[in-house]
Amino acid sequence: MSGLSLYWRYLAASLRGQMQYPGSFLTLLLSQAIACAAEFAAIWALFLHFGQIRGWTFAEVAVFYGVINMSFSIAEVTARGFDIFGGQFVKTGNFDRLLLRPRSTPLQLLGHECRLTRFDRFLQGVVIFVVAARFVHLDLNITTITLVFATIAGGVALFTGIMILQATLSFWTIESLEVANTLTYGGVEASQYPVDIYVRWFRNFLIFVVPLACVGYFPIVRILGHADSLGAPAWACAASPLMGFLFLAVALRVWRIGERHYTSTGS
Amino acid sequence: MAAGAVPLRSYRAIFAARFMLTLQYRVAALAGVVTQLWWGIIKVMVFAAFYHGASHYQPLTFAQTVAYVWLGQAFLMLMPWWGDPEITEMVRSGNVSYERLRPLDTYFFWYLRGMAWITARIVPRATMMLLFVGWIVPAIGLGKWGLMMPPNRAAATLFVGAILLAVLLSSAILMLINILVVVLVTDRGPSLLASQIVTLLSGILVPLPFFPASMRAVLFFQPFAGLADIPFRIYSGALAGGLAFAGLVQMTIWIGLLIAIGHALLGRVMGRLQVQGG
Repeated sequence: MSGLSLYWRYLAASLRGQMQYPGSFLTLLLSQAIACAAEFAAIWALFLHFGQIRGWTFAEVAVFYGVINMSFSIAEVTARGFDIFGGQFVKTGNFDRLLLRPRSTPLQLLGHECRLTRFDRFLQGVVIFVVAARFVHLDLNITTITLVFATIAGGVALFTGIMILQATLSFWTIESLEVANTLTYGGVEASQYPVDIYVRWFRNFLIFVVPLACVGYFPIVRILGHADSLGAPAWACAASPLMGFLFLAVALRVWRIGERHYTSTGS
Repeated sequence: MAAGAVPLRSYRAIFAARFMLTLQYRVAALAGVVTQLWWGIIKVMVFAAFYHGASHYQPLTFAQTVAYVWLGQAFLMLMPWWGDPEITEMVRSGNVSYERLRPLDTYFFWYLRGMAWITARIVPRATMMLLFVGWIVPAIGLGKWGLMMPPNRAAATLFVGAILLAVLLSSAILMLINILVVVLVTDRGPSLLASQIVTLLSGILVPLPFFPASMRAVLFFQPFAGLADIPFRIYSGALAGGLAFAGLVQMTIWIGLLIAIGHALLGRVMGRLQVQGG
């Protein structure tokens, strides 16, 4: 069986599992929806007051919000296995079983759980992006549409990479470290606004260390046809989502190093 | 059994035991502080960008907003996010039935346990955070990103009073969540519900003064404002004089009301308790 069809099997099994508890599933789905709505309402309340943020309008910021939330939610739904890796695989020794199977460990962890309860964040992202795109009169042509999809794909790769690095850390620390949430949830929070509003060290961190700006700010500036105050050339903006895939590749290499380091807890 | 029949000593012992136990988790506290600092930095920078070039009247000055954000991060564990994990575990295992045998008023027994749990999680986190943003950040010349000092002694004194009231209020709300957990025999729904309501209505997500003017009166008088909004605005002097006093009175009334409601509810619930497992 090929890797991909095995992955689909994993997905189907996980979904069937979640549907066994429809009440719990709906509760989680509903509370997620409320949380997403409140989060966006908070941004809206601030814009009601201030009108703009360093020259960006509410509709423009909503485009950033929609795109980054689509990316993050896909990664969150699929890469759950890495998220809970420390507590559920390293600490318990369950990772031994994964190593015995004749498949790569990243594939097995990706298939571990498809957390559909987080799906409403994706829907919210789509709705907000579509509505905001109308308000900013987004020029929909083949270039911009391709770029939107590339940006989302790059974002999924980047967030998955962060979660893999977070999981790799637990080869050494055993428990999952909550501090890594600063990059996942904190990354989403920071990328909901254009990075040119931040002070330089923080902006550089988001461009060069964890390249969230490359799957958010740069391509979206290009999509919006907004002038880039940071002075990146247009081609670089269009190519920047590739950085997400580069980050994922590096994360997978680091994962392999960590895996070689793994010693079972024996429990 | 009436609370007065038991020596106050046992309640003090309940508080002390849970307080010392919770205080043991130092690494968790440190990790929490690092995470909260990072969030605070992002929030403060976003507000700085919003304030940049904003000319017309704002409900809070920039320094007051920054103080609101940092206090929110420092006192994050003050919020009743979830039901008390010890009570949840008792409900799950069925051990909750033993609570019926104790010669104590179950409500106040649980209330003090919860209060100790909340307080012990606040103390180390808030101390570290406040030292960092109130002292180190200004000391290295980043004063405008740091926590301002209260404008006068009255504000500082009232703030201490407000935080103490907030702990009582939070424990009273925690008890309502606990009661829901006992009734529903699961903590999932109640905890989710609580965390959403608390995030939005306490002002932790967005300071309440930034909500539209038409909603502000309602937001001020609902009980959750006492968890963050009222103490934090008292600290920065945004809520001073008679209004600050009204805030404290409002909190006191809610504390009394919520304790009375919780006490009555728990009495009914424990009277017809259904126990799972054995």
